[in-house]
Amino acid sequence: MACTEQISLGRRQLLAGGAASLALWGFVPKGMAAGTRDPRLLTIILRGGLDGLSMIAPVGDPDYERIRQKLALTREGAAAGLPLDSFFVLNPSMPFLHALYQKREALAVHAVSTPYRGRSHFDAQDVLESGLPGVTRADDGWLNRALAGLSIAGRADPKGLAMGAVVPLVMRGAAPVMSWIPKAYGIQLRDSTVARLMDLYSQTDPKLARAFAEGLDIDKVATAQAAAAPAAAPAVQPGQPPTPRPFRDFVDTAETAAKFLSAADGPRVGALSYNGWDTHANEGVVQGQLANRLSGLDAAIRAFAEGMGPAWKDTVVVIATEFGRTAYTNGTDGTDHGTATAALVLGGAVKGGRVIAKWPGLADRNLYEGRDLAPTLDLRAVVKGVLRDHLGIPAGALGTKVFPESRGVEPMDGLVA
Amino acid sequence: MSQHDTVTALRRFGLGPKPGDMHKIASDPRGFLLSCITDKTAARIDNPDLDPSHVVYALTQEAQFTQRLGQLLLKEALKADAGKVAAAQAPVSSGPVSSATPPGAVSPAAAKPLTNGSPNQMRRDVLNDELAARIERAVTTDKAFVERLVLFWSNHFCVSSAKGPVRGLVGGYEREAIRPHVLGRFATMLRAVTQHPAMLIYLDNQVSIGPNSRAGRNRARGLNENLARETLELHTLGVAGGYTQDDVTNLARLYTGWTVGQVNVERSEPGKFFFAANRHEPGDISLLGKRYTDEGQRAAEQALDDLARHPATARNIATRLARHFVSEKPPAALVAALEKTFRDSDGDLSAVARTLLTQPEVWQQGPVKIVPPYDFAVSLVRGLGLQQKPGEIVRLAGLLGQPVWQPPSPKGWPDDDDAWMGPSALRERLRIAERLARDVDRNADPRVLAADLLGPALSEQTRQAIARSEAREQGIELLIMSPEFLRR
Repeated sequence: MACTEQISLGRRQLLAGGAASLALWGFVPKGMAAGTRDPRLLTIILRGGLDGLSMIAPVGDPDYERIRQKLALTREGAAAGLPLDSFFVLNPSMPFLHALYQKREALAVHAVSTPYRGRSHFDAQDVLESGLPGVTRADDGWLNRALAGLSIAGRADPKGLAMGAVVPLVMRGAAPVMSWIPKAYGIQLRDSTVARLMDLYSQTDPKLARAFAEGLDIDKVATAQAAAAPAAAPAVQPGQPPTPRPFRDFVDTAETAAKFLSAADGPRVGALSYNGWDTHANEGVVQGQLANRLSGLDAAIRAFAEGMGPAWKDTVVVIATEFGRTAYTNGTDGTDHGTATAALVLGGAVKGGRVIAKWPGLADRNLYEGRDLAPTLDLRAVVKGVLRDHLGIPAGALGTKVFPESRGVEPMDGLVA
Repeated sequence: MSQHDTVTALRRFGLGPKPGDMHKIASDPRGFLLSCITDKTAARIDNPDLDPSHVVYALTQEAQFTQRLGQLLLKEALKADAGKVAAAQAPVSSGPVSSATPPGAVSPAAAKPLTNGSPNQMRRDVLNDELAARIERAVTTDKAFVERLVLFWSNHFCVSSAKGPVRGLVGGYEREAIRPHVLGRFATMLRAVTQHPAMLIYLDNQVSIGPNSRAGRNRARGLNENLARETLELHTLGVAGGYTQDDVTNLARLYTGWTVGQVNVERSEPGKFFFAANRHEPGDISLLGKRYTDEGQRAAEQALDDLARHPATARNIATRLARHFVSEKPPAALVAALEKTFRDSDGDLSAVARTLLTQPEVWQQGPVKIVPPYDFAVSLVRGLGLQQKPGEIVRLAGLLGQPVWQPPSPKGWPDDDDAWMGPSALRERLRIAERLARDVDRNADPRVLAADLLGPALSEQTRQAIARSEAREQGIELLIMSPEFLRR
């Protein structure tokens, strides 16, 4: 058919010049010497306030069982956590993370908090993501400013990656960001329609043509088969049950993020967020709400780690939430908005296998305002440590541009191997 | 009159035609648009099933008290005697809020389903009802230009349902503070939005305390400048409007005491604007070189009236309107005309809208701007006669990056094409087109639909592409995805 020929020509013309690849987005491969690291950074925001005491449980604290009652994890028995060290256990829903920990590819930071001390999700996320010392309603975030800093350091990646149509605040800003939109409906686009549309655009609307072509190329990355090379990440617990349905999107998002970040000329810095950590009632630490979410997160970590393939060794993932939850459980077997919590740093480039904490203790007199785990570490120190040692962003820029007014907060040493 | 006038009227200034609309207005498209704005109350939604926002506020607050009281009782009971837990649970789980109604609480709607469940559930329910009402209006209205004005002003003065307490108020906010004024006076709308609880909460003024006020001397908390900054930077003068940080701080001082009535605060009506004199910063305060003598609530109202009249405000509003409706780089003559009308009419938004519709520049240019996701979803349902539920429109707009009433920051949704043309956005529009094309009436001929919905804007290339499509559905998909349908 004549018109089909014309259509395919249109598409070819548009994609001519070897542009039919990720290069279309304008990625400039880094001119890095062979053998040095090509670092990747993924930031995962857990929205709603993760109960750090239930993810990384301080079973060695003499007050822990008393205040957590039936939400408490234990060393042994039905509510046993996975052993981390002499003091902490990991929630049993996270076997993959545990395996990473044992391989020294994951660490936890505990009793950590942003500088925010109120208890509003909205404001706390504003501070967590903007990287500013207080609530400002800023419209750019620290990861984006760090990305802009990368070009200063001569290691430019023009675009950041945001999973989801709405770019999280942490990734918004002056540095360009490409956002990946999950499928609106579970249907396959028909090639014939795609070709006809591309043809129409190339005749009438070059801007639409370019945007459409980019989307199709991204689609190719996202739907590509996982790298043929065997995954560098460990395959733990063969026969692990499939992820429960509602958290399938956790896994899909992580899997797709890995496809972008592992691509040779893909983006190097990405962000995504998972909702649903606001466990006011029936928290379900071992079984139920929180256990399911942690298990979804664990599966997402696994999907990402495996999806990164050989690039996993150059990867750091930071997982953080806006605040922790009350030390005591409330009257509805849940916990309310609190202050300090736990964060995770993991990846092949991480010096893991430890829990970093200046443990404040859970005795009533040690609680923040008599109710929350007291913050003893600043989350910005953790992130700064990663940005400095993994992405090579100078400490000076970290204290002024990336995290304004934070020169007093020293980057944490030794997080990255 | 140009051939394209019908398209301009229904697409650039509307939410896309319904079948037959092009034909209906063809004889006088400009007159049609002007007739949309003669009734100054056309934007209102008077739906008795939707509670005023102060009622929602009061009821959710009641529920919150009840929930806390229940938790407290249970905790006490647990401490006192583990064996009596079962007994203590009874008053908690029996749950009718009336059992613990705090003094002064509003209860006219207490019998409604609204009172069931947790405060968060209530807010979600209210939000869903409000979304349904808004979308019903958008999908059915014959005066879509008025609805576009609502979208513009609601975005100009945006709040976000992402902030928990705002969630139950955002719909009421739009109905109470935006809709009645889109064809009224700017100064009136400015005061209505700035005093609305949704805005006071969204931009934190309800926690702002004058450092030298009675309340300020007793506690550590102080001024919060968020509302003042956005009033100047976004709502009135604009970022280059010639104000200083001192002006921001001083406006924040003027705003102190502007807060929301609480059930447990004497003389205040829960959920309504309340001037808390004990938080108000005493003394005269100057703003943009003018001195405001301390008259409590009145001083800030006076300041707002002056800001509404400021020449920089006229320029800011004129520029934003022109960018939104016409082009990212609007013709200077258009901006100047809008600015002049705004100033000369003392901010009469009917007059400003009329200027917008009668400037030659807006009729000369063909479709340019990408139709943003919400308007795109609405235009699909309007144009294709679909029966999609409001929740589906909300979902699609969110998927394409524009969750309704959840803009990313107080700046609101961006007004540039790049924001809506991210790499996977067009591809997802196509996926939506493929899915929705299946729901279109089986007897509809895509060639006829295209002529009806795109009118004289239908290009020869698009017409051919649709005519040559291999199946009816594909024709409809190409229509939806054509540059003529994606741009306005």
